[in-house]
Amino acid sequence: MAAKITPPKITPPKISVMRSQLGRVRGAGAARSGVEHWQVERLTALALIPLTLWFLISVISMLGADQPVISQWIAHPLNAALLIALVVLTFHHAQLGMQVVYEDYIHGGRRTASIIATKGAAMLLALIGVLSVLKLYLAAH
Amino acid sequence: MKDFRDASFVAKATDGTLVRRPLSPHLGIYRWPITMLASILNRATGIALAIGSLLLVWWLAAAAAGPIAYATVQEFLISPLGLLLLLGWTAALFYHLYAGIRHLLWDIGIGFAKPSLGPVTWVVLAATALSTVLVWVTAYAKLGG
Repeated sequence: MAAKITPPKITPPKISVMRSQLGRVRGAGAARSGVEHWQVERLTALALIPLTLWFLISVISMLGADQPVISQWIAHPLNAALLIALVVLTFHHAQLGMQVVYEDYIHGGRRTASIIATKGAAMLLALIGVLSVLKLYLAAH
Repeated sequence: MKDFRDASFVAKATDGTLVRRPLSPHLGIYRWPITMLASILNRATGIALAIGSLLLVWWLAAAAAGPIAYATVQEFLISPLGLLLLLGWTAALFYHLYAGIRHLLWDIGIGFAKPSLGPVTWVVLAATALSTVLVWVTAYAKLGG
């Protein structure tokens, strides 16, 4: 009886990283924060639907009103809170959206510069808006 | 090679010479489907609204600064240029709002089928036009012409 020959066991190469080797070496690929960006863009959009409609309806109902009436309206606690939410979420959403536009059409260092400049401008403008609302709110309470 | 991704375009012809793989044709060759217009408009109105949000900040800051600053904003907004900007802002806002709702519905799997894409886009465009007209007719009526 012939000795039983066991064929050598061949283990297939283990592929744990499903990426092109060139891409890995060059450091291309996801920055691992894409989902958060996408998600926050949607969440802010969702919040901005009621906020924007509320703002639009409020402004139309006060058309032609002068400064004392408008500041009194802004200073109301509920309006002040909603306005701050509107300003913060608007600029956060705008900045996220503009980043995607830059990433599609601008390349190299100018892309990074545009994104940083837009994020900085959005933050400053949001701050000006929030401080304006807070000033009127605090002055009236 | 300017971009390392160009490496993936390098191929060998049958005679062994190195060639650059062809790219598929770009935008210029296709006729414009309505969905393409809708997508580009959503981005364009988004950019317009980002710039238009300056108006919101100016309005709030002026209200906080006092009657004189607020009168300046009001004067600008009812000037021909101000009204034109407000009209553009209203239309852009409604378009981005309705197109955005369409996007959010797609994200939860509603209406993301080819037969519904065209009609939904027409609904978005019609709703934008209707809402914009409604807002301006209301404003005109409220200010007494």
